[in-house]
Amino acid sequence: MQHSKTQDTLVGFFVACGIAALFYLALQISNLGTYSSKDSYTISASFQNSGGLKVKSPVSVAGVRIGRVSAITLDKNSLESVVEMRIESKYNNLPDDSGASIYTAGLLGEKYVSIDPGPGLSGAFLKDKSKVENVSSAIILEEMIGKFFLSKEGK
Amino acid sequence: MLEFFTNLGSSTRNSFSKLGRGAFFLIHTLSGIGQVLTRPGLLLKQMYSVGVLSFLIITISGLFVGMVLGLQGFYILRDFGAEESLGVMVAASLVRELGPVVSAILFAGRAGSALTAEIGLMKATEQLSGMEMMAVDPIKRIIAPRFLAGFICMPLLAALFSAIGVMGGHMVGVSMLGVDDGAFWSQMQATIDFREDIVNGVIKSIVFGFVAAWIALFEGYDAGPTSEGVSRATTRTVVNSAFSILALDFILTALMFGEI
Repeated sequence: MQHSKTQDTLVGFFVACGIAALFYLALQISNLGTYSSKDSYTISASFQNSGGLKVKSPVSVAGVRIGRVSAITLDKNSLESVVEMRIESKYNNLPDDSGASIYTAGLLGEKYVSIDPGPGLSGAFLKDKSKVENVSSAIILEEMIGKFFLSKEGK
Repeated sequence: MLEFFTNLGSSTRNSFSKLGRGAFFLIHTLSGIGQVLTRPGLLLKQMYSVGVLSFLIITISGLFVGMVLGLQGFYILRDFGAEESLGVMVAASLVRELGPVVSAILFAGRAGSALTAEIGLMKATEQLSGMEMMAVDPIKRIIAPRFLAGFICMPLLAALFSAIGVMGGHMVGVSMLGVDDGAFWSQMQATIDFREDIVNGVIKSIVFGFVAAWIALFEGYDAGPTSEGVSRATTRTVVNSAFSILALDFILTALMFGEI
């Protein structure tokens, strides 16, 4: 096989296609386009039950995603679940009396944390390492069904 | 009875000594890679025959695999009212598994068998010993460029396979079956993680390219110097590559995505 200019061009074309495909995968298919882990701060909240919440579950305010859950651990003393959330630092004006609750997207969808902005009486904002006090736990479907049936039996 | 044990012993010994020769062959090849980089012409030629000539089979297979995934996934997900997750299903299965694995198996069948036959025939016609007579190391001159070409081309081919597959799934799911275009992409982007999914898929395909090129070249180099020897070596290349790729895929998947 003689080495030729056409071959060089075809190899170049092939490599360019391959790299373009990699970029396509990175930007169009994965979350890299919306990726921002650099500028962020971490807040935490203790829930009685964080059932179904996972690391990387979204954290949102008014339905807009502002960050992700970065760690879920069990507090040994209170036996509560401590959820750490990494929030993009451009959203640095959440009042420090905001509340956090765990909701489900749709009836059986994934769990997410929703931050409900408080009235901001003290005028201070949530900062790095601050703790959200006003929390409500995940709604566990099984528990609700159980309660529903128990209350029916009681009648 | 005694004969049985003799045969068992000799075949065990043979397979171990083959593995040993394979390992030495690999080390020798890797030591020749530095030399290849000083002569990019050799590498370009091999990238043409290994990569460019596999381009068509990879893209067309990727398109059809993606289309089938779109079709089958749609009918199953529709029962749960979750057609919008079609994008996630197509992209996740392609990027994590089917892209690297299927393209590696196609690569072994398309390029690996050709490499084995080429090297085996060079050996049978004593071109390799002729080179040694001229004080040219055939492993560095012939094998190393082919090895490096396979190693470079495999991740590119796998990425092409996945990208074209996702487009195929989109074509069937959105254009033909009427899944919502926005939900298809946004759910995909929300679920597929760059580090976890894309990078792991690329790592997989690099490992597969390494193994497929090694097996193909070693089988050719180790082939019996007859036409029968070459034909057997070619068969072994395809069988052994497919087997090793699938076994390695399980191990890599368990390491990357499993919680074992």
